[in-house]
Amino acid sequence: MLANAWIIPLLPLTAFVVIVFFTHRNQRLSSFVSIGAICLSWVLALVVIGSVLKNPVSSEFKFTWLNLLGFKVEMGMLIDSLTAVMLFVVCTVSMLVHIYSVGYMHGDPRFSRFFSFLSLFSFSMLGLILANNFLGIFVFWELVGLTSYLLIGFWFEKKVASDAGKKAFITTRTGDLGFIVGILILTTAAGTFNFREMFHAVEAGHIPVALLTLGAIFLFAGAVGKSAQFPLHVWLPDAMEGPTPVSALIHAATMVAAGVYLVARTMTIYMAAENAAIVVASIGCFTAFLAASIGLVQNDIKRVLAYSTISQLGYMIMVLGLGGYTAGTFHLYTHAFFKALLFLGAGSVIHAMHTNDIWDMGGLYPKMKTTAITFIVASLSISGIFPLSGFWSKDEILAVASHYPNPIFLIVGTLVAGMTSFYMFRLCFVTFFGKPRDQHKFDHAHESPKVMTIPLIVLAVLAVIAGWVGIPWLKHGYSAFVYHHEPHHAEPNFILMIVSTLVALSGIYLAYAMYYKKSISADKLKAKFSFIYKVLYNKYYFDELYHAVIINPLLKLCDFLFGRVDVGVVDWLVNRAGRFTVFFSDVQEWFDSHIVDGAVNGTAFVTRGIGSGLKKVQTGQLQNYAFVIFFGLVLIIIFKLM
Amino acid sequence: MVVGLTHYVILSSILFCVGIFGVLTRRNAIAILMSIELMFNAVNINFVAFSKFVTPGEFIGQIFAIFVITIAAAEATVGLAIVLLIYRNFKGINVDNINLMKW
Repeated sequence: MLANAWIIPLLPLTAFVVIVFFTHRNQRLSSFVSIGAICLSWVLALVVIGSVLKNPVSSEFKFTWLNLLGFKVEMGMLIDSLTAVMLFVVCTVSMLVHIYSVGYMHGDPRFSRFFSFLSLFSFSMLGLILANNFLGIFVFWELVGLTSYLLIGFWFEKKVASDAGKKAFITTRTGDLGFIVGILILTTAAGTFNFREMFHAVEAGHIPVALLTLGAIFLFAGAVGKSAQFPLHVWLPDAMEGPTPVSALIHAATMVAAGVYLVARTMTIYMAAENAAIVVASIGCFTAFLAASIGLVQNDIKRVLAYSTISQLGYMIMVLGLGGYTAGTFHLYTHAFFKALLFLGAGSVIHAMHTNDIWDMGGLYPKMKTTAITFIVASLSISGIFPLSGFWSKDEILAVASHYPNPIFLIVGTLVAGMTSFYMFRLCFVTFFGKPRDQHKFDHAHESPKVMTIPLIVLAVLAVIAGWVGIPWLKHGYSAFVYHHEPHHAEPNFILMIVSTLVALSGIYLAYAMYYKKSISADKLKAKFSFIYKVLYNKYYFDELYHAVIINPLLKLCDFLFGRVDVGVVDWLVNRAGRFTVFFSDVQEWFDSHIVDGAVNGTAFVTRGIGSGLKKVQTGQLQNYAFVIFFGLVLIIIFKLM
Repeated sequence: MVVGLTHYVILSSILFCVGIFGVLTRRNAIAILMSIELMFNAVNINFVAFSKFVTPGEFIGQIFAIFVITIAAAEATVGLAIVLLIYRNFKGINVDNINLMKW
């Protein structure tokens, strides 16, 4: 079965092709094709996962794609426990989002196109996690970037949406430049694209550490772009302009986790290049804090979740940088479910209220019980409340951080955990409790249809139980399955568990006090710390900074190049060349019409003149001809006789 | 006076020249045909005369002359048929009017 795992990504690709070429006019059929393909993929993925679980070794299937003067470029699949986990996450979330989209996108004029894009994305993402070499992963990496762009700008009539698509594409491309440079450095050093061969070369010490560090840092640039880490985090909040199922699937659960996956996949390189690992950990740690602090004060429900995603991705990146392979991938796995659930819940609310602003919502709990309960379950899970899945993965991360000599990672990690629970429950209290703030919208609100709530319920169940495989007391759980070199069983650290739970609970209590009981006035706090509030509300002015430092100078440079170089020099040259050509053509035209035509006409004129003279000889009188013959004969005789 | 080869040759030459003159100057198609017949007969006289005086006893020239007469008869038939058609088409047999082969 493993050797046929390529069918898993192929099915959504087939669905994409079928929808584009055959069924796009029939919306219902298109959605069925798309959902059918992903469901089949899910079943096949379960078979693959089962087989990997039974025999957890990494298996590789490859073929030579190009043979360039002895340098072989291969394509193929690498299936190990990490791939199995990713397959489960991607297929499950993707399937649920596909189903949810039937309800969410109902009535959209481009319904079929949406499903074709979703299928294309599923194909790309599954291809990405199955790839066995850097070239393959790069190809699929760019494909998910493309589908992300297409889906962010899905409602391209809205200028903000198309702008957000472009921003996402260009920003991630910046990171991808580093990614490809990193690939080239590492490939040149190791002489192969293949992951396993390269890791062998790294472990055998064939590559100088300095080169390895450089390559690893460039490689990480790709992950920074894709996983929205500082300083390329600016695209993800804007990407929320896309349809909410897309935000859930691509910009929360799967694609943005590709950066984390990349770091995990190339863990060997980071473990060999310690300085690169420290860069990774620092950027992850900084991003986690930065994004969480911005998330505290945002008012758009999806943007809060977007900053939460960035923050959680920072968490994973940080722990991978600290060597916590198991912890990082475990958090990636649990995070996918509760974050997808949060986004789908938010989508359900937006579907009902037709607004993204949490201050237009309120008191929705009685009207949307399923959505509210699942949303709160997900919030509890992401806050790390016992015994939900977020608790186990967050705890594992903090356990890894606590082993690191420098306590900064542990302190920031714990702080971010508190901030996470605060902003999540700020959302919950403002959205679902209290008094309705916009009576008109509130009156129209209603629970979403079953096709949307059932995925919510399934994800809620997963958000609770998915983490149970990683309970530290479980010796044959997650850590015995996904590990780097040696299975690492973290001893349950009770002090840490209690502290992190207390921090999370205090975050929840603070949110409760500020936004439910109103015993602490949020407005007063805002007034007191107005400077900090303004900075946070404006996202540390990153967009403005990038505009001022990068985008505007670039635009100015372009203006200059256009005005001076293009118009002044290039156009001038082109115009001169044009004028010269016209002049030259005029000369040629004169030569043609006078000399060449004259010669041709002259020939004809002379020929005609001679002809009209000679034609008089042709009298048609036989006797004339006979006379000429006779005269000639006489002449011949006379000459003969003489 | 003995009639010798020279007399025959002179006669046939005169006859031939009369024939050529007729062919070149007459405008009447039938007259032209008749002039051609004259030229044939001049040739026949030559054949017979040379046969009699150069190779007496062998009738080669005479036989040739009979062939020429036969062919001339056939030729005259065809020629007269053409003249008849010319007459029908041109309402006359004046060869000046027959200028279809002009430019």
